[in-house]
Amino acid sequence: MIENVLPAIYLLASVGFILAVKWMNNPATARRGVIIGEIGMLLAVIGTLLRPEVVEYRWILIGLGIGSAIGAPLAYLMPMTAVPQLTALSHAFGAMASALIGTAEFYKGSVPLGFPMGALVIETLLGFLTTTASILAFAKLQELMPTRPLTYKGQNVVSLSILTAAIVIGGWMVASPAPQWAFPAFITLALLFGIMLVMPIGGADMPTVIALLNSYAGVAAAAMGFVLNNRLLIIAGALNGSAGLILSIIMCKAMNRSFTNVLFGAFGQLATAAVGTVAQRPVRSATPDEAASILDSARSVIVIPGYGMAVAQAQHKIRELYDALTKRGIDVKFAIHPVAGRMPGHMNVLLAEADIPYDKLLEMDEINGDFPNTDVALVIGANDVVNPLARTDKTSPIYGTPILDADRARTVMVIKRSMSPGFAGIDNELYYMNNTLMLFGDAKNFVAGIVKELAGSH
Amino acid sequence: MQSYEFGLYVFMLAAFLGFELVKRVSPLLHTPLMSLSNAISAIAVVGAILISGEKDASTFQRVLGFVAVICATLNVVAGYLITDRMLRMFRKREPEKTK
Repeated sequence: MIENVLPAIYLLASVGFILAVKWMNNPATARRGVIIGEIGMLLAVIGTLLRPEVVEYRWILIGLGIGSAIGAPLAYLMPMTAVPQLTALSHAFGAMASALIGTAEFYKGSVPLGFPMGALVIETLLGFLTTTASILAFAKLQELMPTRPLTYKGQNVVSLSILTAAIVIGGWMVASPAPQWAFPAFITLALLFGIMLVMPIGGADMPTVIALLNSYAGVAAAAMGFVLNNRLLIIAGALNGSAGLILSIIMCKAMNRSFTNVLFGAFGQLATAAVGTVAQRPVRSATPDEAASILDSARSVIVIPGYGMAVAQAQHKIRELYDALTKRGIDVKFAIHPVAGRMPGHMNVLLAEADIPYDKLLEMDEINGDFPNTDVALVIGANDVVNPLARTDKTSPIYGTPILDADRARTVMVIKRSMSPGFAGIDNELYYMNNTLMLFGDAKNFVAGIVKELAGSH
Repeated sequence: MQSYEFGLYVFMLAAFLGFELVKRVSPLLHTPLMSLSNAISAIAVVGAILISGEKDASTFQRVLGFVAVICATLNVVAGYLITDRMLRMFRKREPEKTK
């Protein structure tokens, strides 16, 4: 009986996943998408539990219980600023599951050489390397270790040799029965390569890398589908793999860089070269009450948030500023650069958390035309994404990177802790313009100061 | 061999479908999209159940399967819950008018 129902259950689960991704395209339907995705997953689990070859339930149910007991509090207790870390951690667990299943399949000895073994090799390679890479990304995002790129001489050669060695052993296992040491060696190399992959990645490149790891976890699941001859796994894995891939391509484009450039850390070396040339030049600065009076007399304001806003947890104060200004009839919009923050769409989530309506959050292409008609551009914790050098200086490492045209606003105000250069290590021409005011201080405190002044002057 | 060939077609079509669908997602929702697709990749839970539930599995296989079930479930639960938690925060109307 169940043999006849099972394909239908899996088919429905696949439809659920496809609709889940489809409904994600609009905030109005997105929550429905999550529900249909959950139903899909539930169907997949129930359908699998009902399969006749599954006879031993005890440990499965205990495992499901433990996983839920850890996962639920993790999702509810993590602060919103920690979403990138949580996502990285979640990738690590998903990938580890794929890798362990691949290992178990291998030692069962039932996987034939050739195509099935090839799928198993891909599954375990991507599974193990994504596990360590995601754990390292988590450690960097959580600041358990330095977020700057960690590089050493000959790094790319070492990393590529490790990957090549893993692929060679993998190829050997596909072609003929390999000796006993081959598989453990293969696993070790995959784990090692994952670490090598993320070591040279700096904080600002995290959006690309997290998206890429997401893609790897999906492809690993799809490869498992080939090993187990399970189409549901293939469909879900392929959806996930392409979603992650396209997001990381979008991120690369937003930084005007290629995949290889992000992964092999050429940027980090350029940056260290550029730091030395930063010269001391005079800037104009302002106090919170001066900033408040400029904002008070403006008619339109565009706020440009960056990772600094997340670090300072300034989003709720920014919401108060937004309320104070809109109450005065001032038009306030937010300009979101695609790579602002530590994962794709990071800023949107934080501003939504602070209850700022999402129709006020505009993407780069939508809002760049508005800057020339805007009275004040308020930059909070963003740096390289508003650097006009990206448009003008052909020798600059960030030349050609699409930026938000903050410099074209009538007045630019930049909240910043100090004059230190951003991730790219490049001086920002924006700070020295005649219409720019530097607001030195912690983003949260400074915005709070402005809000207080605005309240007092009313 | 035929079933692999079929599988490859399914993979190709699903990957293209994924590209087309994800291309239409606005950058506004890129973070929830990523955590949703992360949760979907935890479909590995199916493989984990199959491995650990087999009749004459070795202890080694059961242990690996058990850990894999925990990992994949954690991934599913955390992925979906955080996605939902984020999406609940996205509101269109002015906050004043909703009260």
